[in-house]
Amino acid sequence: MIKFNQVYKRYPGGHEALKNLNFDIAEGEMVYLTGHSGAGKSTLLKLVAAIERPSSGGVLVKGQNIRSIKPAAIPALRRNIGLIFQDHKLLFDRNAFDNVMLPLQICGFDHREAGKRVRAALDKVGLLDREKANPIALSGGEQQRLCIARAIVNRPTILLADEPTGNLDTEYSNEIMNIFKSFHQVGVTLLISTHDEGILRQFPARALHLKKGELQK
Amino acid sequence: MKTLIEHLRVLHLTLRRLLLTPNATLLNILIIGIALSLPVGGYVLLKSVQSLGSQIAGTPQISVFLAAGTGSGDIERIGDRLKQHAGIKSIEFVSREVALKKLQQSTGLSDVIGGLAQNPLPDAFVVFPKEGSVAALETLRSELKTWQHFEHVQLDSAWIHKLEALLDFGRMAVVILAGLLSFALIAITFNTIRLQILTRREEIEVAKLIGATDAFIRRPFLYFGLTQGLLGGIAAWLLVAGSLQLLNHQVGTLTQLYASNFSLQHLSLPDSVTLLGFSAYLGWLGAWFSVSQHLWQIEPR
Repeated sequence: MIKFNQVYKRYPGGHEALKNLNFDIAEGEMVYLTGHSGAGKSTLLKLVAAIERPSSGGVLVKGQNIRSIKPAAIPALRRNIGLIFQDHKLLFDRNAFDNVMLPLQICGFDHREAGKRVRAALDKVGLLDREKANPIALSGGEQQRLCIARAIVNRPTILLADEPTGNLDTEYSNEIMNIFKSFHQVGVTLLISTHDEGILRQFPARALHLKKGELQK
Repeated sequence: MKTLIEHLRVLHLTLRRLLLTPNATLLNILIIGIALSLPVGGYVLLKSVQSLGSQIAGTPQISVFLAAGTGSGDIERIGDRLKQHAGIKSIEFVSREVALKKLQQSTGLSDVIGGLAQNPLPDAFVVFPKEGSVAALETLRSELKTWQHFEHVQLDSAWIHKLEALLDFGRMAVVILAGLLSFALIAITFNTIRLQILTRREEIEVAKLIGATDAFIRRPFLYFGLTQGLLGGIAAWLLVAGSLQLLNHQVGTLTQLYASNFSLQHLSLPDSVTLLGFSAYLGWLGAWFSVSQHLWQIEPR
């Protein structure tokens, strides 16, 4: 599903964010990405979502090489990837329902069918009763769950989560991890970056440990 | 079907955005309307004057007035000679009686004419030449001048050439004005859309991350430019229509004095459709320039 082959990422100015990464993530696998902040976790996720391109080496996502992907092909790729951001990136000019609706609008869904899907996604993350609320009125944990609802409403085959439990206390973190676990059970490929040791202990899975841009064995 | 629904959604969104800032929207539409109404108004005035010109003198003609006391035998002979002339297509004899009647009917001087003791008008021929060019007409005129019994030879269409030249001048002025103000319309839309893109930066970024195509992101802005241009065109139409209404009221009193039924014509249906289509297109174009200039700068990080 996701394959890194001798991947380097250098930024202008010479900073090397990623060095010689080689790994595979199989379809339906759940993998953690760990390491200190600045280790290159976010950069790695950005490569998978084609937000950045590798300086050298091959990044294959669903058979597409990110290094040479045409800009016109990126939207189709991203529709297959659910992105969950640490800062949520919710839109505050519309309510929770319309935030989750956005990916379906982009795909040109039939309005009624889309409404059903949005409610199903909100139900999944336990926010069905808050669909009319503006995201700004939601707590941090609720915002994170809303972000997850938006990422899954389109039923992507890959979920990328960047520090999804970053600012949350243990109870909220467990809630969110349980949601992820249920996606894992239905065959979604998950790549979750975290530095939360508690989560790793409680929800064990394969972990890729990054240190200064290099993969630790 | 899918695309139709999408377009309807975007249209709905566009109208909502227009209504979201009613004052700014109204001002923009008014500015566009005023800018467009200037060349459109000029065009309408020119068209009315032009139709007035052709109403009075459609084809070039030469009027030949006979000396007073020319006998009917002479008139017949002159008529035959004129008909045989190589440069003349047809002729029309206007007797002094007929001329007087015509004058009574068309100028509204009936009261004055009715009071005349005798008919002051001469017999006349109206000559329709084969060639309508100014040079050919002048040659014919100078030739006819030398004929016997011809007291006065008048080129009726000379003034229409002058009017035509004047109208050409006016048309050029309208075209220049239209060009400049079209550019202003594009600039207004460009700037409106630029501000919109800046305020919607976050939304655009998120949409790109979720997999929106460029066309999807571009569409609402293009619709906005198109709608704003169209509304501006409607405003221009209303401004011109209102102004004509007022002007025609004034023209009415004026033409009554001249016993004419001249009035300023309003925009025809094809002209109206052209105006609306053109203003909508310019709005779209301004938005398109703005979007292609600014959208690529917003890339998710």
